[in-house]
Amino acid sequence: MLKPQPPESAPVVKKRISDPLPVQIVLIGLTLLFFIGFIFLPLGLVFAQAFSKGWEYYLESVREPYAIEAVKLTLTTVAIVVPLNAFFGVTAAWAITKFNFKGKATLKTLLDLPFAVSPVIAGLIFVLLVGSRTPFGSWLGEQGIKIIFSTPGIVIATLFVTFPFVARELIPLMEAQGRDEEEAALTLGARGWQIFGKITLPNIRWGLLYGMILCSARSIGEFGAVSVVSGHIRGQTNTIPLHVEILYSEYNFAASFAVASILVFLALLTVGVKVTLEKQFQKNSFHH
Amino acid sequence: MGIELQNITKTFTGYTALDNITLNVASGELVALLGPSGCGKTTLLRIIAGLELPDSGKIILEQKDTTNLPTRKKNVGFVFQHYALFRRLTVFENVAFGLKVLPMRERPSRSAIQDRVEHLLKLVQMDWAIKRYPSQLSGGQRQRVALARALAVNPKVLLLDEPFSALDAKVRQELRRWLRRLHDEIHVTSIFVTHDQEEALELADRIVVINKGRIEQQGTPQEVYDHPVNAFVYNFLGNVNVFHGRIKNGKVSLGTHHVDAPDELKHSEERASQAFVRPHEIGISRIRSAETDLAGTIQEVRIMGGQIGLNLACEGFEHPIDAEIPRELYVNLQLAKGEKVFVSLNRVRVFTGDYEI
Repeated sequence: MLKPQPPESAPVVKKRISDPLPVQIVLIGLTLLFFIGFIFLPLGLVFAQAFSKGWEYYLESVREPYAIEAVKLTLTTVAIVVPLNAFFGVTAAWAITKFNFKGKATLKTLLDLPFAVSPVIAGLIFVLLVGSRTPFGSWLGEQGIKIIFSTPGIVIATLFVTFPFVARELIPLMEAQGRDEEEAALTLGARGWQIFGKITLPNIRWGLLYGMILCSARSIGEFGAVSVVSGHIRGQTNTIPLHVEILYSEYNFAASFAVASILVFLALLTVGVKVTLEKQFQKNSFHH
Repeated sequence: MGIELQNITKTFTGYTALDNITLNVASGELVALLGPSGCGKTTLLRIIAGLELPDSGKIILEQKDTTNLPTRKKNVGFVFQHYALFRRLTVFENVAFGLKVLPMRERPSRSAIQDRVEHLLKLVQMDWAIKRYPSQLSGGQRQRVALARALAVNPKVLLLDEPFSALDAKVRQELRRWLRRLHDEIHVTSIFVTHDQEEALELADRIVVINKGRIEQQGTPQEVYDHPVNAFVYNFLGNVNVFHGRIKNGKVSLGTHHVDAPDELKHSEERASQAFVRPHEIGISRIRSAETDLAGTIQEVRIMGGQIGLNLACEGFEHPIDAEIPRELYVNLQLAKGEKVFVSLNRVRVFTGDYEI
């Protein structure tokens, strides 16, 4: 039973909603400790190691041709993967949220598969599919097309691993927005591409950008799947994470961490862009 | 004829939403599709607009068969329950949308679009908000803009899907009077869907009562209200007291009381019947004026503005009876909870057969 509360009891209720001070201190303290132990400290160590042989050695390691090739390959991969997955993601989210068809629930579940499968297995799938020992792979080889141990393989593996980001970002957003606006546009005489360009895309643009950022971050850092299909050919099929690993296994710690610091910079950059976008997103969300 | 619907049938998995609907709407008419939720009225509206496809049947708008035309070529104006304004576009852009998406050779010039949008926004009294975004407007204002947007493309017919149901009572009433005046001004053939009988009675030239995918009755508000063809229509058009009883020898039993059966049922064999009395068609007095009056006790008094609602326990009746009397009478008779009164059932409607809502 609800009992009428006397008005003076209001502050008491307010106090009861938040936890007591000691609990707050312990929780905040634990979070801080975790951050220091698992994020700030390791990041600091990366830079400490990177600069352990001095500025010059750092610059040399970063400017070394193999390192530059690795950065180029990683950026190329990102440049191909992110637009493609943005396109696939929008298509999948559109299909799932705007149409009714059989197997829709299954498709929605399968979208998460790349997250659930170990990246190494994802890489192996493609080796088994288009590797030089398979009929399809050898046929491709005869046509002079090489997929495994070359850039296309790396791109395909990264595409697979990062596929869900955009779709997962868009599906809840588009589900919440419903089909009303598209239907209104349809009754007003708009064609499909006009509806997409003028109504749907503006409505999802922040979600789309956010998904693309997550997709970029993962593409830059992907190791497992890429490692299986790349073949680790220096200067040709080494992405930044693979290059870091090779240097590390050669006990060249200073160079390894120097290159790793590039990854840290790229990560900080994406996080920065993400934060900026989130602010924009919130500012615009009152239009939702 | 503005709209001709011929034998429209639509089934969804598991149930029939529309069962062989045939309906004509004259040019310039304002018709209400009235029915409980899930009766198929919205589906029918969406089929006319082309947002759903019928399984069978024909849709003819202004003498042109549009059954198989794509939605964008049907040239219908559609107003949605939740407005469906384009949230990223200003009020101006919203109303101009239908003109701006026209192919180049049909598209009016920029200044012509500007003039038309301004004219329409004046018509719906929203010209002051031309630069605003939908999120800056109230529900009623949004729905006016949505109406202007639908009218911008000069639609052959205007379809409104529960246009006022998301608004609060006061705004709803204002807006429907305003819509009636607007319709008298522009005379576009219109169909609106509603589950609110008051709205249908007040607004429409003609009411089409739909239940379970079938048309139960159609006619002017007066006809439908005064001469409902069956128990469903009677019940749906307003508050009622229902008495389950039997017809026997030309008499209908109501509790332990009996009233004369209506002429068409005078010689009916004995069967189950339902008698209906509207609360405002019940008389209350302090003295017994006829033998058929019932003795009752006031159990509950509800203040409903101009009317007073009484809940009466009557001798020989299992369930209490609801009555509505003018406030003046209530005051004059000095009624109160627990008082004994005499109750006369002035207009009893009897229907036989089963029905459900």
